[in-house]
Amino acid sequence: MKKVYIQGAGSISSQKTFDNSEFLDEISVYNDTVISVVNPNYKEYIPPAAARRMAKGIKMGVVASRIAMQEANVEQVDAIITGTGMGCVVDSEKFVSAIIDNNEEFLTPTSFIQSTHNTVGGQIALGMGCKGYNFTYVHASNSFESALLDAKMQLELGEASSILVGGVDELGAHTIKIHRLIDHIKENAVTPATLLDSKSSGSVFSEGANFFVLGNALSERCYAEVVSVEMYNTLPLENLEETVEAFLKDNNLSTEEIDVVVMGNNGDVAYDNYYNHISSALFSETQHVYYKHLCGEFNTASSFGMWLGAKILKTQQIPEIVKLNETKASAIKHILLYNQYRGENHSLSLLKKC
Amino acid sequence: MSDLKQELKEKIIEQLNLEDVAVEEIGDNDALFGDGLGLDSIDALELIVMLDKDYGIKLSDPKEGRKIFESVEVMANYISEHRTK
Repeated sequence: MKKVYIQGAGSISSQKTFDNSEFLDEISVYNDTVISVVNPNYKEYIPPAAARRMAKGIKMGVVASRIAMQEANVEQVDAIITGTGMGCVVDSEKFVSAIIDNNEEFLTPTSFIQSTHNTVGGQIALGMGCKGYNFTYVHASNSFESALLDAKMQLELGEASSILVGGVDELGAHTIKIHRLIDHIKENAVTPATLLDSKSSGSVFSEGANFFVLGNALSERCYAEVVSVEMYNTLPLENLEETVEAFLKDNNLSTEEIDVVVMGNNGDVAYDNYYNHISSALFSETQHVYYKHLCGEFNTASSFGMWLGAKILKTQQIPEIVKLNETKASAIKHILLYNQYRGENHSLSLLKKC
Repeated sequence: MSDLKQELKEKIIEQLNLEDVAVEEIGDNDALFGDGLGLDSIDALELIVMLDKDYGIKLSDPKEGRKIFESVEVMANYISEHRTK
């Protein structure tokens, strides 16, 4: 099977990650329970006539994909595969609110047209004139990994040679409101420094878009090789250890050969024990890295984790702000990414230095 | 009438998300579609809903919109004559 490399990356997050010349050099510190992205100048990438109907999620996705393609130095791809948990939720909220407010009359077309989950993938394709395979996966916090797995399999089997794949989710006012009601958002404000020590339930909700150009061709520009992706809808804590070991064994690796573990801790006292468990049981001698104190929690936040892992492998540097323990990896060859949300939709992804 | 024209320009900008357009940039007789403001068929549907919701004017035939939405001046005249609210 052919190998799959990350050839370009574009990230729009609650940090200034859209500038690929930087690597978390300056940190945006918040003291909140819901955080928004640091916006690039969208007008530099999207013509005003096209942008006027785009909600923030679409703009984020379009611009993150442009940045990834510019970096990969490609103008066209064979396929566009998007992962999103909530889709274009702002326009969905607008449309549904209009139905209620106007007693099912006076429904306008724009928010309806733009409200579907696959609008982001569609707009990216329209922008570059891509008529190839275009698919959007909506699998809660496994949405991005589902898209990544599809892209990986197509590239390995030679069905495509270059694929744009990414995860995108936007914040919507009503969505925030209902997640507060069910205590999925933290009650009290936290900062990046206090997130993991908050000892409270819920997480800091956020939004973001992380896109990658994946391809078979290896060049100096490449970030990393995508070796493996696995998802587990349900995974009891007592089975986690053996599942991770089996995943590594399938890839002919042992826990000692993992140089860095990138974990999706979000400070939820009820569910961070999954991360704590594999940290102590399997990777007590390995360097641990986390990222949701920087980008917040959203269904495709793990795409930020992949951006971080890819950057670490390419630069062989780990910013201080993401270090979770004192262990230091001397050379970084293999990175394991582990994510889950509220004890469900676990994922393990393996990246390797090119 | 000038108040209505001002109101229409503000509504067009707001409801059609014309972020880069100011009220004073829309002339009373400027074409709204085509080479003028560059509106398209989706905008036409938005304007039809606006006429219904804000002025009580129901357009049974969307083709009527072609004439009515020619310019702010034409729209204001039509609304003045047909409005029910």
